Parts: sequence; C-alpha cells; structure tokens
Amino acid sequence: MSPEQNSILKVSKLVKRFGGFHALDGLSFHVVPGEILGLVGPNGSGKTTAINVISGLYAPDGGEVVFDGASSGGVASHKLVHRGINRTFQVPKPFLSLTVRENIQVALAYGGATGAPPSIAELLEEYRLKEVADRPAADLNSAQQKMLDLTRALATRPRLLLLDELAAGLNPAELDWIAGRIKALAATGMAIIVVEHLMGFIEQITDRVIVLNAGKEIFEGTLATAVREPQVIEVFLGGEHAH
Amino acid sequence: MHNASKHLLFILAPLVVVFALLPGVYQNHLLLFNFVIFLILAQGVNIIYGFTGYLPFGYVGFFGAGAYGFAIMVMHLQTPAPLAVLVGGVVALALGLLLTPLLRLSGAYFAIANLAASLAVLHFVANPALEGITKGPYGVSLTGTFNPTHAYYAAVVVMALTVGAVIYLKNSPFGLALQAVREDAVSASMAGVNIIKMRVIAWLASALVAGLAGGIYAWYVSVFYPDNVFSGEFSIFAIVFALFGGVATITGPIVGVLILYGIYNLIGFTTPQYFQLIYGLLIMGLVLFLPAGLVSLATRRGWHVP
Repeated sequence: MSPEQNSILKVSKLVKRFGGFHALDGLSFHVVPGEILGLVGPNGSGKTTAINVISGLYAPDGGEVVFDGASSGGVASHKLVHRGINRTFQVPKPFLSLTVRENIQVALAYGGATGAPPSIAELLEEYRLKEVADRPAADLNSAQQKMLDLTRALATRPRLLLLDELAAGLNPAELDWIAGRIKALAATGMAIIVVEHLMGFIEQITDRVIVLNAGKEIFEGTLATAVREPQVIEVFLGGEHAH
Repeated sequence: MHNASKHLLFILAPLVVVFALLPGVYQNHLLLFNFVIFLILAQGVNIIYGFTGYLPFGYVGFFGAGAYGFAIMVMHLQTPAPLAVLVGGVVALALGLLLTPLLRLSGAYFAIANLAASLAVLHFVANPALEGITKGPYGVSLTGTFNPTHAYYAAVVVMALTVGAVIYLKNSPFGLALQAVREDAVSASMAGVNIIKMRVIAWLASALVAGLAGGIYAWYVSVFYPDNVFSGEFSIFAIVFALFGGVATITGPIVGVLILYGIYNLIGFTTPQYFQLIYGLLIMGLVLFLPAGLVSLATRRGWHVP
C-alpha cells in the first residue's frame, strides 16, 4: 500500500482567500500516522493558515481536507477535536484565570478522548508543569504556557497533532527535550505536523518536509534535499543565490 | 466531603434558613423581599457575566418580561399565581432565545445592544396600542392574586435554586468549560467545547432566573407600571452588587448584596440627603481599588474563596 492511501490527513488543492489575497492557493499534501511532517516556508507563505483550516478555525474556499477518510473542511473545531485533530497556537492561549490543572480538566472533560483519557498527573509530570499545577495559568512563563497549550491538546488524545511554532523561544536544552517528546508521541502512531522556523529543530525531528511559497507547495522531501533545490533557495534567500 | 456538598451545606442552607425565618423576627417584609430579589438577580448576573463574560446591561428586560408574563396570565386567564410565575420564567426564556444573536457581539457592544433590547421591550409593553393586552402605560393591578407571604417564600425558593445553579457551575466541568470560553473562545473550542451551545445555555439560564424573579415581584407588589419593572435600576444594582462582591464565585454576589444593599437601606433610612453622594463614592472606590470585587482581598493572598 502506498503511503498516500495510508494517510490519515489528505489535503488537496486547498484554497483560502482573505479578500483578494490568496493565503492558500491550491495546497496539496498528506501525512501518515506516526509521521512527523514539517511545514516550512517564508513568512506569509500560508503555513499557519493551513493549520487554521485543518483545525477548523477557517472554512476553506476551495479544495478539500480529508481526515481519516471523511471530509473535514469547514467542520466546527470542537467536532474535529472529537474526531481526533488538535493543535497548539503560535501564541499560546491558555485559560488565564483558571489553574493549570483546571485548564487540562476542561480538555479532559470535553475533548471526547477515545479510549482511556490520559492521566492528568502524568501529563503534568511529563511536560514539567507539576510544580505549578495549582497556580493560575496567568502566572506561567511563556515556555510553560506553550507546554500547557500542548498538554491541553494531548488531553484530547489527538491522532493528528498540529504544532504551530512550538519551539520558538525555547532554550537549546528545552529544544532537545521537546524534540524527544515529539518523537516519542509520533512513535505511538500519532501523525504530527510541525510549523517551524528553526531549521535545526526541523532537521532533528521531521521525516519529511513540505516547502510552501505563496500558498502552494514547491517541494516535498527531506530537509537535506530541500536545501539543495534551487527553487527553495530562491524563495528563502532570493534569486541570486540559486545559481 | 465533596466540595459541592460543602457549598450546599455551608452557604446555601444557612442563607435559605435565615431568609425563611427572618420574616418572623423582622417586621419590614418588603425590605427582606427586596433582598431576596436582588440575591436572585445578582446571581443571575453572575451566571452570565461571571462565567461567560457577557455584561448584561439590559438584564432588567428579562425581569420586566417575567413580571408582565405573570400579569397577563393572571389578568386574562385567571391563572393561579405559582403557575403564572413559571409562565413569567418561560416568557423571559423566550425573550432570551429571541436575543441570542446578541451573543455574536462582545464587550461594550454586547452591553449596549442588550440595554437597547431591554428598552425596546419596555416600549413594546408600554405601547398604548397594546392596552387590551398589557394595559400599556397605565399599569396593571392584580389584586386577585395578592399574597405577599406566599410570594416571599416563592422568592426564597427561586433564590435557593439560583444559588444551587451557581454551586453547580462552580463545581462541575460544565462551569469550568464556561469559564474557559470566557477566557479564550478559540482555545476552548480546541479543548472540544461547543462554545455557541455553552454561551446560549448560560444566557438562557440567567434569563430564566430573572424572569422567575420578575413574576414573583409582580405577585408581591400586585400593582405596577412598565417603568417600575423595567427600571434600569434593577440591572445596575444587580451588576454592581455582583461586581462588588466578586463574580465567578458563589459567595461574592451574596456578600455584595448583603453589604451594598444593606448600606443602601441604612443610608436611605438615616441620612437620605447624603445617600447618592455616599453611594457614588463607594462605587468609585470599588472600581478604583477593588475591580475584582471584595473576594479579591482574599484571593490576592492566595486564599481560596468558594
């Protein structure tokens, strides 16, 4: 069976317009369970928009999104969460006045996690939030807020996890540690899409990358091959570097 | 003991017992009745504002709709008072449903639109062309059902149910999810919460309790004009009391009503000439120094306030 048939998410010819601007202009890619896929590209190339459409924040203006064999474009976010999609946000959005523990409890109670829901104590322990479990989320530093955002997502037992610049702002030790965690999640069969600017981090964790430019994919393959591709170099560094 | 049982035993039960027994020892029953009505309204504001962040500046619209629902049932169908109170609640619920599109707005825009909606309902009810149904601006007189004692105890029952509802919100995943929606709707939906459904439920619950309170108020006073039961003072007082104590808690609005409405009446009895001055200064002080309410004095120190 080819990987495409095996895919848990298949995006075809996706279009998203904001007024006259085509944020996504015919984007197509797929991801299979257990795979870590990187979405890279310059600012404004449509990475976050793609994540927002896949997670139900925006309805697509064209093309289709198929999750687990069923069309999922334009379906409300909370329903997609119940089907098994979750995400983190570039700027974490915890429930500031609730405690860390309560933040996770909401997702546990409403996330519709299939099978046994993950244990709150384990999540707190694994993502280094145990010490601050009973403090309001507003007291957390930005790295901790990112981890809380991630645990909120994991509490719903996603089968597809979208990470929007999770690594930005973490120190090198934290980066290594979170890279290990992401790989461990993928090893359980979770499909993971990572949007990231830190190429070292992308290289460390991804199996494959999609390079986006102007809302379309211009390259698919490993990051090592991508950096030798003239079109990719042109997009990132400008035309004169491509030759 | 489970938290919810503690709250029922140590907050709700004493409150109900005190207000059930007070008429036997204190003669000013109207004042006691008003306390109970404001306890209901302040907790109603707590449900919608404290747990979802929508500030209902036109909250009195539901109260007045409940009062007129009661009056119309009694005047035209000779309905027994308790049943007419329930109809008052249903009328407010229906008005709440009609106004659900307002929930698309947020912040000051919602507050202003809600205020406008309550004024629209007032002028609809007070329209002389509807004299046959609502008696228009000329007011209603419901001497047939007049029974302040029964109305008072009905108010205590509704207060108990309302405080019970807030205790549920404070101790259930449902209440937690409502607060999550208030804090960040996008993140809440990514926690699997159906944000529209949650907001509508909280909105309708707060409309229902105000409608029941309005129906009971009509039962108690029996003679009133549209301007009485749609008076903006009800909205303002309920909001100020809830905020003074501290919203999204069970005790905050209760403390707020007991203290502020207590002071209000104390000044009113002793030095009415200074009333507005003192009250105005008090509210300014609150907004400047305790924007999160009295309970924040405790929560700032890390104490948990139910």
